[in-house]
Amino acid sequence: MMDTILEPLQFAFFQKGLLVATLSGALLGFVGVFIVLRGMSYIGHGLSHAVFGGFAAFQLFAAQLYIIGAGLWGIASALAITQVARRSRVGADAAIGVITTASFALGVALFAKFGTSGPAFDNALFGSILGITPMQIWGLLAVCALTGAFVFLRYRALLFSTFDPDVADVSGVNVGRIEAGLMIVLSLAILATLTVIGVTLVAAMLVIPAVVARMLTDSFGRMLWLSTVIGAVCGLVGMYLSYFAGVPSGTMIVLVGAVVFTVVLAITGGKGLRRSAGLDDHGATEPVRAPVNAL
Amino acid sequence: MTGTGVGPILIDMLAVDAGYRGSHVLHNVDFEVHEDQFTGIVGPSGAGKTTLLRVLLGTLDPTGGAMSRSKDLRISYVPQLETVNWDFPVTVFECVLMSRTSGRIAPWPTKSERAEVQAVLERLGISDLASRHIRELSGGQQQRMFLARALLRKPNLLLLDEPTSGVDVSTRHDVLHLLGDLHEDGMAIVLTTHDLNGMAAHLPHLVCVNGRVVASGTPHDVITPHVLEQTYGARMEVLEHLGMPVVVDAAPEMIDRRQSA
Repeated sequence: MMDTILEPLQFAFFQKGLLVATLSGALLGFVGVFIVLRGMSYIGHGLSHAVFGGFAAFQLFAAQLYIIGAGLWGIASALAITQVARRSRVGADAAIGVITTASFALGVALFAKFGTSGPAFDNALFGSILGITPMQIWGLLAVCALTGAFVFLRYRALLFSTFDPDVADVSGVNVGRIEAGLMIVLSLAILATLTVIGVTLVAAMLVIPAVVARMLTDSFGRMLWLSTVIGAVCGLVGMYLSYFAGVPSGTMIVLVGAVVFTVVLAITGGKGLRRSAGLDDHGATEPVRAPVNAL
Repeated sequence: MTGTGVGPILIDMLAVDAGYRGSHVLHNVDFEVHEDQFTGIVGPSGAGKTTLLRVLLGTLDPTGGAMSRSKDLRISYVPQLETVNWDFPVTVFECVLMSRTSGRIAPWPTKSERAEVQAVLERLGISDLASRHIRELSGGQQQRMFLARALLRKPNLLLLDEPTSGVDVSTRHDVLHLLGDLHEDGMAIVLTTHDLNGMAAHLPHLVCVNGRVVASGTPHDVITPHVLEQTYGARMEVLEHLGMPVVVDAAPEMIDRRQSA
């Protein structure tokens, strides 16, 4: 039994994959708390697709720099969504639908027409542990550090603007800047975890750990670390299982997350459901917030 | 204190227009907020009460007119209870501490911040609820929690959006008494409401709004059939009860019958 568990660890590629999957799960679980509580799950889903467009476009022209290009593309998409939703009559969901799916379609078209000099199409969509470079690991570590620093330094403003953006706005919190910062962190987190989790599955790992954590606690602080731990465990266990099952890492990580969700739901029952049911409730009306508020 | 405002001016609006995307909601509004003011803004839905509140808060810029604010102005705002996500994972303590956004970088509170939060919760009579989740509070306790969060910022002007909406009569009474106490302690208070009778009994100054300021003064000055018809576009009967004007919601033919009798 022990030999079987230790067997994949003899491979350097698996050791790297395990590290990246665990860190990716933790990072997405951490960021996911803010995304889920803000009702921005669809943005996470959309941004991962938008990043794919940049990923495909930049690997054509500068294979070594495609990560940077995809990151810039993702950040630009995130800020475009925020601006379009704030400044026009187009709702946020419609803005996400248009901008991110167009970006994804562009990525698919570029892949189909020109092929790839970077990661394979399937790997980009569903995740792979093959070919993880030290630079990607350092990049992921840097994004983890940046995200941790952002949340630590702006914790109160983030909490206030997540709970009650209207009142936070009039209480001295620059809500627009906090939202923009969160969007940038989200884009970078998606980009850094794309390799292992995959474009189509990143959104699930943003949502599942945070929802499971919400079912387990009524405290924001506890939800934050619980979601991080749950994400890390899903990444670790999912990566292991993907090795034995011979399926893409992203799919197995998300499936482990789904199993954890089901088990916690069964244990917490109605209480867990009641807690998570409120995740879609972001106030009946928006009485005070100014309709136009520049970032 | 008179409550109608004779002290130094905190906010001065002169012939202000305001609205959204080119459509004017408020026209030519003159409105002053004094340091000793305790005012209720009343009017029907869509009359511009919330727009006026937004202009006072500074989250909506006027499209016309002139506006000035005192350098000493420190505003706190209490939102409508209906607009809050009560399932959000925070305790009463965490919620009150949210308003302390400047000065401290680390997420956890200092000893003195803990003491400050505890003191303001004690002042509002909910110190024993600090570790409760916000969903576990009654309507009155929820309103007190938001007042505690507002007071932690040490404001000299408190703005409240419909503080008596969606609460029972007893809670409404408690909340308005509490606001009266805060006003007695020297805080200017401006609130919006639909609730004419509750305001007449507790507030010294009312402003009737319907796209413009229809009338402004004491409840006796403002709660009259003529002003109410101009404000709400419907005829209402006003009776006197224990020295206070009371609005009776009656059908026009009943009002006619009573007046002819």
